[in-house]
Amino acid sequence: MESGEELNMRHVISALVENKSGVLAHVAGLFSSRGFNIDSLTVGRTENPGVSRMTIVVEGDEAVLEQVRKQLGKVIDVLKVSDYSGRDIVQRDLALVKVFAPPAKRSEIVSLIEIFRGNVVDISSTDMVVELSGPEAKVDAFVEVVRPYGIRELVRTGLVALARGEQK
Amino acid sequence: MATKGSRILVETLVEEGTEVIFGYPGGAVLPLFDALYDAPIRFVLVRHEQAAAHAADGYARATGRVGVCIATSGPGATNLTTGIATANMDSIPVIAITGQVKTHLIGNDAFQEADTTGITRSITKHNYLVKDIRDLARTIKEAFYIARTGRPGPVVIDVPVDITMAELEGEPDKRIRLPGYKPRTEGHPRQIRLAAAALNEAQKPVLFVGGGVILSNASEELRQLAETANAPVTMTLMGLGAFPGDHGLSLGMLGMHGTPAANYAVTESDLVFAVGARFDDRVTGRIDAFAPSAKVVHIDVDPSSISKTVHVDIPVVGDAAQILRELLPHVRHGAREAWHAQIAGWKQNHPLSYNGGDAIKPQAVIQELCRMVPEDTIITTEVGQNQMWTALWYTFRKPRTLLTSGGLGTMGFGFPAALGAQAAWPDRLVIDIAGDGSIQMNIQELATVVQHKLPVKVLILNNGYLGLVRQWQELFYNKRYSHSHMDNPDFVKVAEAYGARGLRVTDPKDVHRALEEMIRTEGPVFLDVVVAPEENVFPIVPAGEAINRMMGGLA
Repeated sequence: MESGEELNMRHVISALVENKSGVLAHVAGLFSSRGFNIDSLTVGRTENPGVSRMTIVVEGDEAVLEQVRKQLGKVIDVLKVSDYSGRDIVQRDLALVKVFAPPAKRSEIVSLIEIFRGNVVDISSTDMVVELSGPEAKVDAFVEVVRPYGIRELVRTGLVALARGEQK
Repeated sequence: MATKGSRILVETLVEEGTEVIFGYPGGAVLPLFDALYDAPIRFVLVRHEQAAAHAADGYARATGRVGVCIATSGPGATNLTTGIATANMDSIPVIAITGQVKTHLIGNDAFQEADTTGITRSITKHNYLVKDIRDLARTIKEAFYIARTGRPGPVVIDVPVDITMAELEGEPDKRIRLPGYKPRTEGHPRQIRLAAAALNEAQKPVLFVGGGVILSNASEELRQLAETANAPVTMTLMGLGAFPGDHGLSLGMLGMHGTPAANYAVTESDLVFAVGARFDDRVTGRIDAFAPSAKVVHIDVDPSSISKTVHVDIPVVGDAAQILRELLPHVRHGAREAWHAQIAGWKQNHPLSYNGGDAIKPQAVIQELCRMVPEDTIITTEVGQNQMWTALWYTFRKPRTLLTSGGLGTMGFGFPAALGAQAAWPDRLVIDIAGDGSIQMNIQELATVVQHKLPVKVLILNNGYLGLVRQWQELFYNKRYSHSHMDNPDFVKVAEAYGARGLRVTDPKDVHRALEEMIRTEGPVFLDVVVAPEENVFPIVPAGEAINRMMGGLA
């Protein structure tokens, strides 16, 4: 791979952390103090109540990625760090998009939503809230397609991911 | 049977081997201090919490044990932060116990409240806020374990005052639960063999050792390695004392103020064999010019230090002493006559030097001191020219005889660190080599050393300036001495006002006698040495330059 392609590569790191107060602050502080570029960070519960999973998308080259992995691993409450680079993973980002949808435009917008296999979860006389999940690129594409209609508000979870195939 | 939180805390400290605590009381730690009143632990009352942290740090550096300090909530805790950051940068095992407001008041901007865990998160190896008395004993045991294992470091334990007043029925659960912390001590056998092979094949190797060798107590193994392989050894500032400075294989310190022999040798080497060092910028200079023809072997307990700044070819993660022991049987002697001849040439053609003159030369004072004191004398330094001259002109032969703030470079470290070391070693000579700027940062600790009968000697290299700042302003800012000149008090009178002894020397002819007076003083003493005001530390590698591009003082 040429070095030019490595610039600004996005890497997905998944970390299992103890479900304790302060862990999120610690990881965020770590990234900020070491100057790592976080694209997104999500954290939530796992099948184990004492353990949470953090999914972090980091921008940078191999050297940066190696430091990120190692520094994360040093944090006492971080149990395991998995680097999903180069691995086959299921990636999902969930978005709730509130679109300006007056009666005249409604059916157009709904057919776009159907194409993307999203769901209308709220509707009012002027607005519609759409729930859409999928790989980040799909969510990006939907947002661009409805942007001309007027996006009132938008919230995204950021990327979560799990490795495909058998658990090692 | 019910036990009070403060009792549990003190008992657990005793179980973890705590013999001395440095600290300062306050509202949030009153119950704790009540439990300390008749506890089998010696307590040293300082005069500023920063000094408590530095003293615990100095104690740890001088002994290899975990240092302990205590401060109250709010300003007490925030006053510890510089000391904690200092210990963090140099990987020193310290426990800092801070009081905190009552649990139900946390987050309410209560009196003397500070977000101690938030503030110290980035400067500790780990920190804890104890929210339940059932967690107290276990937390302390975990904290000690974390502080002293793997790459050592400071741990803060924030204890709300109501926890120390609460009572626990029955025995506390003390089992450590740290599933996310598994420090690695054993090196990978294959990596060890690769490292040995690289050393055996190298024509121009340099052993490059740092503070990690001292933390791992690996000096003996290092000496055996150097002598078996017949390889020269250079030390970072933190590694001074890990290898005898007067050993034939010693190159002296390398880096920004390193010796020419060390800097040339590393630059010309074909193998940099690093043990317990982190390739800091003060040492490497311009990275792309650092040891350009060398393969790099790096033995370190912290994987994140490997290939962080300089690319490493053969990493070996684990405990230095253990790895060196396993490495030794695979290492062969190498004559390498040409390499040793080249090094001898550098040593002969570029010895360290300074000019004579009418005023007292600080380099001469340090050389003289080194000749006069026993080998097991503990030297602490402050930061700046005092520190660099000590590193260059005092010959350290044993580990844990130089206690200096290398990573953070904290002025005001030396005096309290010295009192901590003295508390650990009451019968050894402990000397703080200070500048007139640095000594004023924690000068109030004169009261501590007098009250607790800690006979620390302070040698003040008094030039009326912030020396190293003035030097940079002279060399790189056209001598624009912007606020680096200081009007100083009479240090003799200050010492005497606190009940210590004060001495002064102004004539080079009187230096030996003055040093003798200082050493022979039974109690704490300040020796004010009035030195040449614009003396510089040479050689110096300007920032951003390669380490073989030194300026000044090359014979």
